[in-house]
Amino acid sequence: MKYLCLVYLEEELLHAVPDRECLAAAEGLRAGGQVIAAEALHPAQIATTLRIRDGALSMTDGPFAETKEQLAGFYLFEARDLDEALALAARIPPVRTGSIEVRPVRELDPDR
Amino acid sequence: MMSDASAGAGVEIGAVVAALYRRNSRKVLATLIRLLGDFDLAEEAVQDAFKAAVEQWPRDGIPANPVPWLVSAGRFKAIDGIRRRARFDPLEGDVADRAEAVADGAARWDEGEEIGDDSLRLIFTCCHPALSADAQVALTLREVSGLTTEEIASAFLTPPATLAQRIVRAKAKIRDARIPYKVPEQAELAPRLESVLRVIYLVFNEGYSASAGDSLTRADLSAEAIRLARLVVELLPEPEAMGLLALTLLQESRRAARASADGAIVVLEAQDRSLWNRAQIDEGLAWVDRALGARGQPPVARVGPYAVQAAIAALHARAASAEATDWAEIAGLYDVLVRIQPTPVVALNRAVAIAMRDGPAAGLSLVDALLADKRLHDYHLAHAARADLCRRLGRNAEARASYERAIALARQGPEREFLAARLRALPA
Repeated sequence: MKYLCLVYLEEELLHAVPDRECLAAAEGLRAGGQVIAAEALHPAQIATTLRIRDGALSMTDGPFAETKEQLAGFYLFEARDLDEALALAARIPPVRTGSIEVRPVRELDPDR
Repeated sequence: MMSDASAGAGVEIGAVVAALYRRNSRKVLATLIRLLGDFDLAEEAVQDAFKAAVEQWPRDGIPANPVPWLVSAGRFKAIDGIRRRARFDPLEGDVADRAEAVADGAARWDEGEEIGDDSLRLIFTCCHPALSADAQVALTLREVSGLTTEEIASAFLTPPATLAQRIVRAKAKIRDARIPYKVPEQAELAPRLESVLRVIYLVFNEGYSASAGDSLTRADLSAEAIRLARLVVELLPEPEAMGLLALTLLQESRRAARASADGAIVVLEAQDRSLWNRAQIDEGLAWVDRALGARGQPPVARVGPYAVQAAIAALHARAASAEATDWAEIAGLYDVLVRIQPTPVVALNRAVAIAMRDGPAAGLSLVDALLADKRLHDYHLAHAARADLCRRLGRNAEARASYERAIALARQGPEREFLAARLRALPA
C-alpha cells in the first residue's frame, strides 16, 4: 500500500533543517527500498493555482489556501500498513520542526 | 466430538448459547476480524454463527469446543455471503477476488490457535493512537466490551447518532489507512500499551465520577473498565497493566463509602472504612506488589505512573484510620510521580500530601505557586484545596473566597453541594 507523507513547515522554518541533513535522511530511507518518490518544494508563494470554471481557465498567483504552515515537500512510500508508514515518516527530519501528514493513497476504481 | 443430543433440550441449549454469547462473543469476533480482515463483515459473521448454533445444536449436540466451532461457522457464513453477493452483482469483480482471498486466509485458521492473541490484537487496534481519543474509547467499548452504541452514548452523555458516526469513521480509518491488526512489537509496546491503559482508565473514571450531571457514579462502566484491565493483565502481564488493575480495584473498593445515603460526597478521611470492599482491596494490594516487584525487567523497566498511583492508593487502603495514614510515604511517592508525570494535577495532589506531612502552611505556598499556572486557574479542585488549607490556617476570609471560586467552577451537583457545606461551616 502507498502512503503519501506531506511535510508541512512554517515559512521561517523552511530552511531550519540543513539540506545536507535532508539528503542524508533521504539516502537512508531510499536504502530501505520503500521510497517511490521524494522531493522538496520551493516556497508556496511562488505557486500558481489553476481552475477551470464554465470552460474558462483561470490562474492565480500563490497557493490555493494561505496557511501558517505550508507544504514544503513530500515522500511517497510503499509500506505494509500504517504502522510501517508512520515509522518511516518519523525519520523525515522536519518532523522535529514542522508536521508530517500521512495519507494513504486511494487506488482509483475503473468501474466507478 | 459432539456430546449426546438429548431430546427436548431446546430451551436448555438456548440458555447455553446465551451464556456462550455473553462470555465468548467478543473472542469469536476478535478471531473473525483477523480471518476476514474486516470489522463489519466479522460482526455480521458473529451473529450468523450464533444463529447457526441455535439451529444446529439441538439436532447435532453441543460441540466439545464451542468457541472454535463458532469461529468456523462464522467464517463459512461470511465466505458464503461474499460469494453470493459476487454472483448477484457481477460488476463487483473484486468481491469475488476478495471471497477467494478471505477463503484462502481463513483456511489457515487452525482450531488449536491461541484465541487470546486475537483479543489482544483487537484491543491494540481499537486503542491505536492514530485514532482520536474519543474514537478509541467508543470503539473499545463497542468491539471489545460488546456494549451497544446506545449504551455507550448514554454513558458518555453523547447523542447516539454522534457516537455511531464516531465508530463508523474509526472503522473506515482502520480499513482505508490499513491500521494493522496486531500486537505491537516489543520496541513499540510501551507507548502503545500506554494508549490502551489510558482508554481503560478513562472508561473507569467516567464510571467513577461522572464528568457532568447529577449522577456521581455509573458503576457498570467502572466494572467494565476493571474487566478490561484484568483482560489486559491476563494477556500481557506488564507492570503498568498490573498497576492500572490495582489502581482501579483500590479506587472501586471505596465506592460504597464515598457517598452518603442522600448522595452527598464523603471525603477519604471521613469515610467509614468498614464499608470498603475487602475482597477488592486484597486483590488490589496483591497486584500492587506484583507491579512493583516486577521492576527491573527490560524494556518496561521503569515504574510507571499507574503503579505509583496504585502504591499511593494502597497506603490509604492499608491505613486502619485516616489518622494512621502514612503521609510521609505518600508524599515520597508523589515526589516520584511528579517526576515521571509532571502534570499540574499531579503537582496539586503532591502539595496536598505535603500539607498532610508538613502542615498546611507548607502546602499553601505550593498550591499558590501552582495557581499562578494558567492550566490550574479554572480547576475547581485547586481552589478547593487552597480553601481547605486556608481554613486549617484560620484564614477564613481567604478560605471563603476560594470555596466560592471552586463552587463556581465545579460541574457536578454533589461536588458543588459538598463545597457549599464546607463554606457554610466556616466561622463567620
